[in-house]
Amino acid sequence: MFFLDKAWLIPLIPALSFVVILLFGKRMPRHGSEVGITAVGASFVLACGAAEQWIHRVQNASGGSALGALGRSIGHLGAAGGDAQVLPVTHSVTWFQNGGIRLTAGIQIDGLAVMMMFVVTIISLLVHIYSLEYMRGDRRYTHFYAILSLFTASMLLLVVADNTLQLLIGWELVGVCSFMLIGHWWEEKPNSDAALKAFLTTRTGDIGLLTGVIMTFFVVGRATGVNSFNIVELNRAASNPKVGHTLILWTAAALMLAIVGKSGQFPLHTWLPDAMAGPTPVSALIHAATMVVAGVYLGARVYPVFFNGFSIGDGGINPMAAIGGITVLIGAALAFVQDDIKKVLAYSTISQLGYMVMALGVGAWTAAVFHLFTHAFFKADLFLGAGSVSHSGSHHSFDMKKDMGGLRKFMPQTYKTFVIGTLALAGIFPLAGFWSKDEILVNAGHNDYKLFLVVGLVGAFMTAAYMTRCVWLTFHGEYRGAHGPHEDLEVEGVEHDPDDTPASMAHDAEAHAPHESNGLILAPLWILSFFAVFAGFFNFPHFSKFEEYVAPRYPTEFHDILHPVAFNAILATISVLIAATAGAIVWAYYKGKLPQRLSERNALAGAGKRFLVNKYYLDYLYEQVIVAGIKGPIASGVYWFNQNVIDNVLNYTGRGARALGRVTYDYIDQKGVDGLVNGIATLTGDSGDEVRKIETGRLQFYALMLVVGVVIFAGALWIFT
Amino acid sequence: MLLNQFLILAAFLFCTGVYGVLARKHAVLVLMSIELMLAGVNINLVAFGAFHNSNIGQVFALFVLTIAAAEVGIGLAIVLLIYRNLHSADLDDVDTMKG
Repeated sequence: MFFLDKAWLIPLIPALSFVVILLFGKRMPRHGSEVGITAVGASFVLACGAAEQWIHRVQNASGGSALGALGRSIGHLGAAGGDAQVLPVTHSVTWFQNGGIRLTAGIQIDGLAVMMMFVVTIISLLVHIYSLEYMRGDRRYTHFYAILSLFTASMLLLVVADNTLQLLIGWELVGVCSFMLIGHWWEEKPNSDAALKAFLTTRTGDIGLLTGVIMTFFVVGRATGVNSFNIVELNRAASNPKVGHTLILWTAAALMLAIVGKSGQFPLHTWLPDAMAGPTPVSALIHAATMVVAGVYLGARVYPVFFNGFSIGDGGINPMAAIGGITVLIGAALAFVQDDIKKVLAYSTISQLGYMVMALGVGAWTAAVFHLFTHAFFKADLFLGAGSVSHSGSHHSFDMKKDMGGLRKFMPQTYKTFVIGTLALAGIFPLAGFWSKDEILVNAGHNDYKLFLVVGLVGAFMTAAYMTRCVWLTFHGEYRGAHGPHEDLEVEGVEHDPDDTPASMAHDAEAHAPHESNGLILAPLWILSFFAVFAGFFNFPHFSKFEEYVAPRYPTEFHDILHPVAFNAILATISVLIAATAGAIVWAYYKGKLPQRLSERNALAGAGKRFLVNKYYLDYLYEQVIVAGIKGPIASGVYWFNQNVIDNVLNYTGRGARALGRVTYDYIDQKGVDGLVNGIATLTGDSGDEVRKIETGRLQFYALMLVVGVVIFAGALWIFT
Repeated sequence: MLLNQFLILAAFLFCTGVYGVLARKHAVLVLMSIELMLAGVNINLVAFGAFHNSNIGQVFALFVLTIAAAEVGIGLAIVLLIYRNLHSADLDDVDTMKG
């Protein structure tokens, strides 16, 4: 199977394009974007090929044709494809081997990987095309495309990984790319602050990932006797009773921390809204469709670890469902008080990610993954739509209250695609979000997780409500942006050239009254809208192709884990009605039929709104209390230690050495050594002077000496003989 | 007994000569004292020759006399040169080797 065996090409091609763009991009006629688009396009084609071949593989294993699969009921997973195990296609190479440890790099292609590859490549491709227009003339255009390629490659590396170590590497790489892309306009401090915040918050979660990955190494060892990072082995090992429950529980807990960080769950969700400081295509690709779902992907990939660790099959509240549920509600609540359209979508993403994690937590694997699939399309549609609005409608501002309004007259196509995305997100029949969200709700209700069913329904109500608010403020009512850009356009998410002055921007505003965006922006929007409408049918009840192809069919333990539940028409109707009601209420509010300005008149409501506007004071807690509380005293203490202890050691050592030197110089050198040397010289001189007196130069004196010597000699001779 | 007297005489002459060499200022007087010393030596030689009944003493004394004569010639030449350069024959003035 060519595309499946050679699936390592799929991450490789964008990686190569990254290098090429970095080295040669500036000199190319289109500044590197052509390389990026070609590469991602090639990966997309390969991913489609892989998808097609995987479908064949499943069909061949189940021994039936596609038509036969249609006719089967979906009461339990086993019937959907026979009980045939379909092993993933794996290839690996060993890159390090020493003393019992074997580290490999490889691919593991199964339905989940194929689906993710499809999503990542298509959305990346659409974002690349969109950026041709959106980032036109940007100060770092080439660099932007290079990092987009690197991001795509890293995400694909993560997705095809066959061992948790490789997954970790891909995970970290996407974190770095996210940092670079959020801080794309780092000259403005809020942007670089946001990039740092994103990176550091996800890094906190990565503590969990690292410990979790290490623990998976030993989990496999406990079960099979040989330590390994391999995911297939890990999934087998997780259900193995030889692995103690404590180990599996802590592994699941550690990996849960990673999911919390990366997928913006409470309490590490604070980075996602700030990440909107990056360009809109980045927000669409990374913070809606791809990177943030890496956590959910991790959960899906090694699901037996979570299932056994948190005992998901037994009902009752487990950390995964609880965190997911909380996230659904707090994300949705915060979306109500945002003026910035991208922030609304960011909180919506947080809320939807909460749905996915909650679904995993209640045992609805297929529902979670399916929601990941559909969410990618309609959320990217919404984000790119917001970008289109800002690019052509509100002179690069994202503030709904100040600069938007009534834009549906000026930007009809953007309006239509945005509305399609909204309806999909709200879960209106028959768009994509309806099917996926409904599947989550039905599974939550069925698997004894009634509480989370309620949470899901409340979340659906709030989703429809805030999205209606968003659509109204942006596209309906009066156009408020006619005054041109205002001076304080330093709101996060605004990307204006530092060379622009308000005067020139005002001129631009007059020259560019709100108008529809051009084809390069609209085409991706329509393609995504198409998927937002039709992607849901991929898992149409009783046909459930998604389940059949994506759900893992190995090892048998996974089989036992997944018990997707039948479609429940009553619940579906209820959820649609709830969403429709929410939309209607908000519509009425904005039409003026309901009491306005409640939060200004009622103290409690005002306090509530303030609480929301301050994002539950979580940022305050994290930055002012925790971080400052740690770094304040520690920093002062370390500074004190540095100045008074370390520096003093050095200073006094220096002073002592200098004094010693002075003493040595004064006494030993000057007086001692020199004295000795000079003394010898003086002695020599003086003794010489004395001896010199014998040299009188007088002959008779010498003669006298001679005679005296002879006399003495003679006397001695006479005495001694 | 006969020998002793000669030796005493010779010693007396010799010591007188030594005294003269050491104590006289005038260079010529020093030379004269050297001659005295040589004379004493000669007497010594002859006395011992006679004592041993041999001519060797006298032969040796002849040698000494010859050499004394030569030496006086050279000595006087040197004294003359000293006088020419220093305008004085006082040996105390010859002290350029003083160090």
